[in-house]
Amino acid sequence: MTSGPRTVHSDPDAAAETQADLSAEIAATGASYRQDLLGGAAPETQPRLDFAPYRSSILRHPTKSLHHADPETIELFSPAFGHQDVHALESDLTIQHNGEPLGERIIVSGKVLDGDGRPVAGQLVEIWQANAAGRYIHKRDQHPAPLDPNFTGVGRCITGEDGSYRFVTIKPGAYPWKNHLNAWRPAHIHFSLFGSEFTQRIVTQMYFPGDQLFPLDPIYQSIVDQDARDRLVARYDHDLTRPEWALGYTWDIVLTGAHRTWTENEAFGDAGDEE
Amino acid sequence: MTEQNPGTLTATPGQTVGPFFGYALPFPKDNELLAPGSPGTIRLQGTVYDGAGHPVPDAILEIWQPDSAGQVSRRTGSLVRDGYTFTGWGRASTGNTGRFTFTTVNPGPTEEGAAAFIAVAVFARGLMNRLFTRIYLPERPEYLATDPLLSSLPEDRRDTLIARRDADGGLSWDVRLQGDGETVFLDFQGTATPTGASR
Repeated sequence: MTSGPRTVHSDPDAAAETQADLSAEIAATGASYRQDLLGGAAPETQPRLDFAPYRSSILRHPTKSLHHADPETIELFSPAFGHQDVHALESDLTIQHNGEPLGERIIVSGKVLDGDGRPVAGQLVEIWQANAAGRYIHKRDQHPAPLDPNFTGVGRCITGEDGSYRFVTIKPGAYPWKNHLNAWRPAHIHFSLFGSEFTQRIVTQMYFPGDQLFPLDPIYQSIVDQDARDRLVARYDHDLTRPEWALGYTWDIVLTGAHRTWTENEAFGDAGDEE
Repeated sequence: MTEQNPGTLTATPGQTVGPFFGYALPFPKDNELLAPGSPGTIRLQGTVYDGAGHPVPDAILEIWQPDSAGQVSRRTGSLVRDGYTFTGWGRASTGNTGRFTFTTVNPGPTEEGAAAFIAVAVFARGLMNRLFTRIYLPERPEYLATDPLLSSLPEDRRDTLIARRDADGGLSWDVRLQGDGETVFLDFQGTATPTGASR
C-alpha cells in the first residue's frame, strides 16, 4: 500500500494529514457539487478522475477532457468468454483450499444489464477482495492482520442467459491504507465486468449497506452524487440468505448503453459455447 | 427478466482498480494473444507514465483488436490460451519500470480504406475509472488523415495515438496519463445524449 502519489513504499510519518483534513476537502467538494445541482447542472454518475482527496490520483488523472469518439467496429464488439475460460467452481471462493476460510460466509448475486435493461449474457465477471480480517494476499499488503491459508479472495464466473452472476465468498473486513493518517477503506469487493461492447468495460467496487466508513473514504466519495454512490452498495437480501449457511447480498450492475444493434444469438457468443 | 424501458437505466459508477489487482487479474499468457514467435506475431510494448514523468508500476492495460485481416474474433479461450486461437483480447500489467508488453499481430482495417487500430483500456491504482484509447498503426498516412477520430484532433495530440514501428517490426506506444504529451482518452457516451439515448 502506498502513502503518497509518487512512491510505492514510504515513511508512514509522511502521511501526516489527518482524517479531519481529508474530510474537510471532501465536504467542500460535496458542497460545491450540491450548489451546481441547484444551479441546474446535470447529476454526475461516475467518479471524478480529478479527486485530490485520493492522493494517488493527483498525478494520474488526465487534465484534458475526454475526447468524444463514435465507437468503430472493433469497439462495438467485446471479447468472447466461455466455459473454456472459467470453471464453474471458480465462483465459490470458499472451496479453493483444504479448509473453510474464517469469517462470515456470504452469497453475492445479481444481474449484469446494459443501459437499456437487457441482460449481458455469457460474459466474464472477475472479483477480488480482502479476507475477513481486512488483509489482501497481495505481497505488497503490509496490513498486520492475519492471512487466511484457506482464502485467496479471487473469483470468476460467466453470466447466465439472464445476465445473472453468483459468488459464494467471505465478507471482507475494512482495510487500512496510507492515503492519510488513520485512513480505512469501507469493506468492498472489486468487480471487473465486460459488456457486449468494449465501450462497456468497467472495473468497480461493491460495498455493503450501512458502512460507517462511507463518509470518510476518498475513493467512495470520488463519486460526488449520492444516488450514484448508492448504485455501488449491495442490498441485504433475506430471500437470498440460506438457512444456517450464508447471508445473501444482491447487487445489480448496469453498464453504459450499448451502441450496436443487439441480436438474440449473441447470448453466448457467435462461436458458441459447449455447455 | 423484468421489462425495462429502453435507455432509462443509469450506469453503475466505476472505481479504481486499486493496488492489489496483481493476484487477481493477471493470468498465464495474459499478454500473449498468440504464442511468441508464431508466424506474423509482433511485440507491442510501451511504458505508462504519470504527470511527473515517472513510470507507473501498478497499471494494467487491456487490448482488443481485429486480426491481421481485419476480422473481429468471436472465439472464446482468452483466459486459457492454447497458443493458436486468436481471440483478439489480452491483458498486461506494468512491471516496476512501468513497462508493458504484448505479443500480438498487426490489426487489419475492419473496413475498406479504414485506418487500422487496437482498442485499449487503461486501469491503474490512483486512476478513478478506466480510460479508453486507441493505438493506430503508423503506416498508411492517407487512411490516418481521413480517420474520423484522428482528423478531429489537433495535430500535436494525434501523435499520442499513433504507434512507432520498431526495427524488429514491432510497435512501441506509451501512455501518458497527465501533462506533456498527455494521451488522448476517449468518451464513447457523448455529452449530448446523457440519458443513454446515443445508440
